[in-house]
Amino acid sequence: MSQLTNIWGELRRGSNTITLFVVVLFLATLLASLSNLLLPESSALHVSTYTITLLGKYLCYAMLALAVDVIWGYCGILSLGHGAFFALGGYAMGMYLMRQIGDRGVYGNPDLPDFMVFLNWDSLPWYWYGMDQFWFAMVMVALVPGLLALVFGWLAFRSRVTGVYLSIITQALTYALMLAFFRNEMGFGGNNGLTDFKEIAGFDLSADNTRVGLFVITAILLGVVFVCSQLIMRSRLGRVLVSIRDSEARARFLGYRTDHFKVWLFVYSALIAALAGALYVPQVGIINPGEFSPINSIEIVVWVAVGGRGTLYGAVGGAILVSYAKTRFTSLVPESWIFMLGALFVFVTIFLPKGLAGLLKQRLQRDNNGDSNGHPTKLTGEAKA
Amino acid sequence: MRTLLLLICCFVLPMAAAQQAPEKPQITSDSNQAELSSLLLELTQANFRRMPELVTEIEQAGGRAVLPLLTALQDGELYYQPDTRELVVRQESGGGRVTVSDVFTGNTLDGFDTAALERVPINNRLRAVLQATIARILLFQGTDAEREQAARTMLSDLDEDNLVVLNEAIANEQVAAVADMINVALAMNVLVTDAPQAERLAAVATLHGNLQGPVRNLLRSFLDELGRNEQDPEVRAAMVSAMASIERKVRFYELMEQAFYGLSLGSVLLLAAIGLAVTFGVMGVINMAHGEMLMLGAYTTYVVQILMPEFINYSLWVAIPAAFMVSGLVGMFIQRFVIRYLNGRPLETLLATFGISLILQQAVRTIFSPLNRRVVSPDWMSGAWDINPVLSLTNNRLFILLFSIIVFVILLWILRKTSLGLQVRAVSQNRDMAKAMGIRTDWVDAMTFGLGSGIAGIAGVALSQLTNVGPNLGQDYIIDSFMVVVFGGVGNLWGTLVGAFSLGLANKFMEPMTGAVLAKIITLVFIILFIQVRPKGLFPQKGRAVE
Repeated sequence: MSQLTNIWGELRRGSNTITLFVVVLFLATLLASLSNLLLPESSALHVSTYTITLLGKYLCYAMLALAVDVIWGYCGILSLGHGAFFALGGYAMGMYLMRQIGDRGVYGNPDLPDFMVFLNWDSLPWYWYGMDQFWFAMVMVALVPGLLALVFGWLAFRSRVTGVYLSIITQALTYALMLAFFRNEMGFGGNNGLTDFKEIAGFDLSADNTRVGLFVITAILLGVVFVCSQLIMRSRLGRVLVSIRDSEARARFLGYRTDHFKVWLFVYSALIAALAGALYVPQVGIINPGEFSPINSIEIVVWVAVGGRGTLYGAVGGAILVSYAKTRFTSLVPESWIFMLGALFVFVTIFLPKGLAGLLKQRLQRDNNGDSNGHPTKLTGEAKA
Repeated sequence: MRTLLLLICCFVLPMAAAQQAPEKPQITSDSNQAELSSLLLELTQANFRRMPELVTEIEQAGGRAVLPLLTALQDGELYYQPDTRELVVRQESGGGRVTVSDVFTGNTLDGFDTAALERVPINNRLRAVLQATIARILLFQGTDAEREQAARTMLSDLDEDNLVVLNEAIANEQVAAVADMINVALAMNVLVTDAPQAERLAAVATLHGNLQGPVRNLLRSFLDELGRNEQDPEVRAAMVSAMASIERKVRFYELMEQAFYGLSLGSVLLLAAIGLAVTFGVMGVINMAHGEMLMLGAYTTYVVQILMPEFINYSLWVAIPAAFMVSGLVGMFIQRFVIRYLNGRPLETLLATFGISLILQQAVRTIFSPLNRRVVSPDWMSGAWDINPVLSLTNNRLFILLFSIIVFVILLWILRKTSLGLQVRAVSQNRDMAKAMGIRTDWVDAMTFGLGSGIAGIAGVALSQLTNVGPNLGQDYIIDSFMVVVFGGVGNLWGTLVGAFSLGLANKFMEPMTGAVLAKIITLVFIILFIQVRPKGLFPQKGRAVE
């Protein structure tokens, strides 16, 4: 119990959120990985490979939520198109994995992926060159979404497109990309996307060890991204960003080039999303144009909203919590999930504008003020009234 | 419409001919009737030498009424019962199903042993005679439109028999349209035969700028080195110019057609966006569930049609007010219970309304099934307005174009001339001041939202006539609608009008070059770039507000 108060105390000060987050993440990853690899399958504590993959997926989502929180929570840019960067990163990774299949595809063509053979293409399109090299693919994972974010952000923020307008054109962006990727002529597998992957950098994708490895790498990168973002937000730069969120005009009058700050933050966020996408694809085993659909991008926003925007751990927690709920409910009552998701949007925006993290903070603050018997439920009650 | 159907049946869909023949035979007198019966009896026994004469006699005795009979005979679908010698039409439809119908009325007859029926035999010579006879009946005894159509059909089939009929017909043809068509046919014939140069030149002059398909094909073949390849330089030059004039016209009409489709898409966009222009543009409230208001309107149409299956033709008149009420009430509900609490927080409003749109979609999926539902078009909406062989405008698109303009005008009138409109504009300009002047801003908000949503419902009725009605109907239009409003300029109905039609036209003019999907992508990218240049849209609201 005293330990718990300690942790709460640290959370309250906020100074050690990083340590706490990293420790929790590290422990959870270690436990899950070890119990998968060391414990026999019959053991009650054994974590199945399916669960490991699921956890890895959640961590990718968490990273994606982090990307959205960085711009939405700290700079007030609500992007409804972050799924686009995620999917682009995923496609770059997918192209690499596709090339790794080699002649093990259905058609056994050593140079062309199956869908190109199917479409009667006789040579690889130019943009597929080099994607068989891991390092090159990784450069592309960052470069393509980064460039898109740079160009898009530069165009949007320079002409001071803000608020709802920005949200809608980001949605249009991902919508346009979705339509484009659905076309067979684009050379990305059209409707079916890229799938049937065999191995990554020489490791068999269906092996338990590879799965756990990918999960651990995802966890480590999530930790790195979290620490980086937290440091950025604590720095002078972060303060400027928050000031832009709260009053862009005033920040501009004070002499800050707000558009530059926003563009760079947007690119940074897009890179995180792309990284999440690249980690997501080998674990899930497929990438298709559905990832570009506007609803996916909106779902990311709801993760952040539920977890609490403006707090990175909130975004991560929200992503994991909502994704877990989604997994559970879609398997229990498939129809109900959309209802719940919809209700979640309405509920959170009206009753929980600061998300669960906000609730937690308020609770802690009340504890700090000596009101140790405060009821957490009372808060929602107040908001209702 | 019926005559057109009849003609289609006679020439294009011989399979269906007997079923569709519309009128009871009108045989002039009893003596004719008796004569016809004996002739028909003979038809089942005659040999091939007698048959052509017999057909001519039947034509003389029966006139128009024997048209279905002759068509059936031509198609080899005329059968008779061996014992009674009664003639029937026997047709095999898809799946080997055999139907037997009356030769004159086309009514399906029961109680026949289809296997026992004997076919009235037919050979090639008889077929030619029949074709000429049928053409003659139509050309001499049809209505003017039928006669023109008959002549037009002959364009693609200029054999000797048809030419005889045509030459016979032109001699005392009174109606200009029919005469023109016959002249075109004769001119085409002159070109194919070895007529002197002068005649050929005159014939080419007749064909100058004619849009009929066979005329184009014939001229193209004359100009093609692998085809007929006209040798005479003068005639060839005339043909080139005639062809050029035809191509010019065709291009022009194709352009017109594209423009029509563009305007049609524009009208759909206008209908979808105009409600949004009210809620987003005037109230400044962003409603992501707007697309679902369209969907609700479309489903209301579906339900109305289920409730009154006997009155499909009037169902739309019921559906329009019903859809307005349904969508409007749902809109007001959303405003009262959600949006009101998020006043001044546009991003949160966006998210909450998005959640509502998810709930509405899923609700529809649960209630009506996720599959598309079929909404019937009333008779007066189907069909097309054929302007010429290359240009025809479909009625439903024409009506919806008209309808969108009417809705626009009504909305404009409401906002400009009614007291509600005055209050809406006052609240949108300065909420606090309006409140101070005694305007119930809460009530105005709810009414405006109801109005915008209700109009979306009406738009849904129109959309149900063009596209499939499914749970995703709204989603497909929401982004486009926002694009239109943003492109046109927020808070400006005229901007929405111009935006909708220019986006519709741009989309459809790009489509032949780029394909539908790419055209849509280019439009989206264009708007994204456009917002960079003019963030406030085409027609920005003038004002002194900074942000």
